[in-house]
Amino acid sequence: MTKAADTTAKANEISFEEAMEQLETIVEKLEQGDVPLEEAISMFQEGMQLSKECHSKLTSVEKKMDQILHADGELEATDFQEEEE
Amino acid sequence: MSVGDIVSVSQLTRYIKGLMEHDHILTDVWIRGEISNFKLHSRGHMYFTIKDQNSRIQAVMFAGHNRYLAFKPENGMKVLIRGEVNVYEPYGQYQLYAKEMQPDGVGSLFLAYEKLKETLQEEGLFDESRKRPIPRFPKKIAIVTSPTGAAIKDMLATLKRRYPLAQITLLPVLVQGQEAPASIVRAVNQANAANQFDTLIVGRGGGSIEELWAFNDEGVARCIAASTVPVISAVGHETDFTISDFVADLRAPTPTGAAELAVPDVAELLHSRQVLHNRLKRQMKLKIEEHQEQLKRLKRSYAFRYPLQLIRQKEQELDTQLERLQRASKRHMSDKQQQFQLIEKALQRLHPKGQIKDAQSGLKDKKLRLEKSMTQHLSRHEQRFNHVVSELNLLSPLRIMERGYSLAYTEGKEELVKSIQQVDAGQKVEVRVTDGVIYCQVEDKQSKHS
Repeated sequence: MTKAADTTAKANEISFEEAMEQLETIVEKLEQGDVPLEEAISMFQEGMQLSKECHSKLTSVEKKMDQILHADGELEATDFQEEEE
Repeated sequence: MSVGDIVSVSQLTRYIKGLMEHDHILTDVWIRGEISNFKLHSRGHMYFTIKDQNSRIQAVMFAGHNRYLAFKPENGMKVLIRGEVNVYEPYGQYQLYAKEMQPDGVGSLFLAYEKLKETLQEEGLFDESRKRPIPRFPKKIAIVTSPTGAAIKDMLATLKRRYPLAQITLLPVLVQGQEAPASIVRAVNQANAANQFDTLIVGRGGGSIEELWAFNDEGVARCIAASTVPVISAVGHETDFTISDFVADLRAPTPTGAAELAVPDVAELLHSRQVLHNRLKRQMKLKIEEHQEQLKRLKRSYAFRYPLQLIRQKEQELDTQLERLQRASKRHMSDKQQQFQLIEKALQRLHPKGQIKDAQSGLKDKKLRLEKSMTQHLSRHEQRFNHVVSELNLLSPLRIMERGYSLAYTEGKEELVKSIQQVDAGQKVEVRVTDGVIYCQVEDKQSKHS
């Protein structure tokens, strides 16, 4: 498994929040400028991967089914947006 | 002041003032009535009359107290006032000094609200330390509100617009009327029991204080305080403060505001992700440029351009160092040699040659002295010997013989003849004189006495 693929798998597992936080951390570390080149390159690759993940998580939103949870415990799937006119 | 005294108006007034100030009812009283003769003084103090069907009382509310009024008092308005009754001495007039004022109709509710607020505050349910952070990126949001009305519509629209990533679950409840508190409590508990929500929004749109009252209910407040899911309260408008607002982890000014606080904005996130992305690329570019620059610098460096020069330089440096080394070792050696010589000299100085010489000359000296003294000694003895010998000579019988004496011995010089007895006639005798021996034969002998 390549490092990039590994990162992809990792990025799929982690939440958007974690991905953003990791991305921030990587950028800050790089900006501090005392990272050795090899490490910087692998950090950069990981950062780009995370950036891509964040982007796709934010843009290609899978259809989330909203719900109504009734007092009797009955869960009713709904789409609030379609009701909006 | 005692009975029978004649007093001045001031004294009497002050006495009455004293009585009022010691009365615990008059010092803190709630009054219900209608405002008339309302005057707002340019300096901010309010002067008015409070009246009902039968009575009236002058009232004043100083700027320091009326600054926080949530409404504008007007003539004819029915109000609830909290304050103290005291005497205004210059007029000998008792009046109400208002400290708090509420529009009436909600007065009793207001008092209940105040009381509950105080109780829960004392229990520490409003403490900032109890408040939990609202998740930045919620996956599942539960909304406890009325399924009808503007509030849910506003919230849904805002949530969907800002952050379509979250799943939204509505828990429909009654938000006003007798049944509302129980309904809200049940829904909040249900949302907690479901154990899957990140954030809980509890609220409703604007309304009168009575309509919002469910959110000032003790049961609702305690249930929100106890919720394990972080709660954002969103009740009515910006100016409406309910008990729910105080116990919630976060108070939103309006339902729309709650939706904004509950989720980030995708557009902003995309932007900040883009910013991060750019920063990342820029840093990498900088990093690489920096390294390339460094590489260039190294390539351009003296060492690479003039390796021979460098070698020569190094050679020279080496020579210099070697010279230094040699010089140092030489110096070291000569130092040691000098030291050695010093020591050797010292040793030589200590050589016993001199002592031997001294001893030898001493010995010679002694030998000479010994010989000398021996010679002296011998000659002394010789002299003595000679002396003795001469003395002896003097005593020697030979000397006597020289004077004419001779010695007669029996034959063979056996005995010295001193008596006639020793010899007989015919016997040979030897007579010694100084210059030899005369051999004689005895012819006869004669004794003296015969």
